[in-house]
Amino acid sequence: MIRHFARRLALIVPTLVGVTLLGFILVHAVPGDPVEVRTGERGISPERLAYFRHELGLDQPLWKQFADYEWQLLHGNLGRSLVTQESVWTEFTTFFPATLELGICALTFALVIGLPLGVIAAVRRGSALDYGLIGISVTGASMPIFWWGLMVILVFSVALGWTPVSGRIDELYYIEPHTGFLLIDSLFFSDDKGAFISTVRHLILPTIVLGTIPLATIARMTRSAMLEVLGEDYVRTARAKGLAPSRVVVVHALRNALIPVVTVLGLQVGALLGGAILTETVFSWPGVGHWLVESVQRRDYNVLQGGTLLIAILVMLVNLGVDVLYGVLNPRLRR
Amino acid sequence: MSGTIARRPPRFMLARRLLENRGAIAGLVVMVVLILLAIAAPLVAPHGPAEQFRDSFLAPPFEQATFPLGTDSLGRDILTRLIYGARLSLVIGAVVVALSLSVGTLLGLAAAFAGGITDVVIMRLMDVLLVFPSLLLAIVVVAILGPGLTNAMLAVAVVLLPAYVRLARAAALGELAREYVIATRSAGAGVGRLMLLVVLPNCLAPLIVQATLGFSSAILDAAALGFLGLGAQPPTPEWGTMLADALQFYQRAWWLLAFPGISILVTVMAFNLLGDGLRDALDPKLRR
Repeated sequence: MIRHFARRLALIVPTLVGVTLLGFILVHAVPGDPVEVRTGERGISPERLAYFRHELGLDQPLWKQFADYEWQLLHGNLGRSLVTQESVWTEFTTFFPATLELGICALTFALVIGLPLGVIAAVRRGSALDYGLIGISVTGASMPIFWWGLMVILVFSVALGWTPVSGRIDELYYIEPHTGFLLIDSLFFSDDKGAFISTVRHLILPTIVLGTIPLATIARMTRSAMLEVLGEDYVRTARAKGLAPSRVVVVHALRNALIPVVTVLGLQVGALLGGAILTETVFSWPGVGHWLVESVQRRDYNVLQGGTLLIAILVMLVNLGVDVLYGVLNPRLRR
Repeated sequence: MSGTIARRPPRFMLARRLLENRGAIAGLVVMVVLILLAIAAPLVAPHGPAEQFRDSFLAPPFEQATFPLGTDSLGRDILTRLIYGARLSLVIGAVVVALSLSVGTLLGLAAAFAGGITDVVIMRLMDVLLVFPSLLLAIVVVAILGPGLTNAMLAVAVVLLPAYVRLARAAALGELAREYVIATRSAGAGVGRLMLLVVLPNCLAPLIVQATLGFSSAILDAAALGFLGLGAQPPTPEWGTMLADALQFYQRAWWLLAFPGISILVTVMAFNLLGDGLRDALDPKLRR
């Protein structure tokens, strides 16, 4: 188990270097000199251009620049935003809790609905419910979620007026960020009950929208994994022993069916972060996805480079976590 | 190749199995309709894609026969733009899949044939690409190349690349150990011949499935880029770009939002259903 874990950890290093190299190459492939881009139309004298280029280390050979960049990264320095002059790490940590909160809610929503749906569909295979579920999961998996987000806004916010259109909380409330998670901050650190309710109301639609694709994937995966497991001999044995059908399904079958589902769940995290970019844009949700899209529009390449790197590291860590969880769930993989 | 009575050629088996799958048929029908619409766009579409009718801004759908699905904020017929959009979506899908399939297959075959350091470098590189959420990677690539349809297609092709490389490599490695490959090699066939004429045809099944599914990812991702303002630029009638155009008015004019979105959904779903059907037909072990 420990060896398995150590090997996976060692494999991360070259990938990480590759990720930083890719980011470095991409940002250097941008046409135009960063100094010239910043001076814009006004132009700059050759002497001052040379001076600023020297200041930023742009007159160094590329390999040296890359080595310096890696050195800075190893010291936790991701550079500063070209627009706000704030450090990229500080900005990321400001926006990330919003994304994490939304992501956790979306994944919980997908699990709570998707898992039972998949189990029921597998148990009642061939029923109308099963076909309905297949239909929903095919539709959900093909959903352009930016459009889906706008449609639910149109129906639930604009036409019915049930939920707010955008943001994390009503502008009436100011919540001091203690944890960064508004659900927690508004419940425990605010005297105003309305703040928590407002937070929940703001969360509902983005949660559903971001959770749709994982929901479809989880339901589908659970169904097929359950179908496979339900045909196994040990399930027949359990039934023959006279165990209650619910116990056979939940204890004997579901536990074994969970292994592929956990993998899919892990893979969903990358997709979830991608989906967060669109969901946050649609709902003006102040998270990292929104932040990255804005950085593209402002041509803030430092933010784009640093933010992308942090997200890549996050995805790698989650994948590692899934691998470990895998070993726990499936003892055969421990070797 | 003519089939004998005793043994049908596998191609017909494949078609029969595919046609047993209702989802795949639905996908196929939608695909054919889309292709026909795309080819015949100038004949079928009631108006020109950029033609403006200055006396009918934001005309609602189902009211006037001239604008069956209404008009947008610039007085352009939505139905017409959707039909021309089908053209774009199919072109996007085809270009992206052609690019990522060909480059990916070549890289995968090269990794499998060369082994050693080449294999390690190629596969590590693909691991790096896989670490990024696909849309984020596409956004980064477009941010660097600059927004526009061509760059968006290139970006999506890069994003889809690793799947083909991995599939091609895995399939090729499986084939390389077979007797027929060893026999051809000992008969003196060169690497190029071995790769493309001997091994590749036997690796096609998973690649075809992936290519069909890749079509849907390409259309979806390109639409998302268009929506973020990084893909096709207005006035191009690309479906995602149309949605971005609708943002200002959609609360008053739902049809600006509904129809392009449904077009994306139905098209993506069609290719997904077809891909799933193909996978089941090609690999009966997966069917139950």
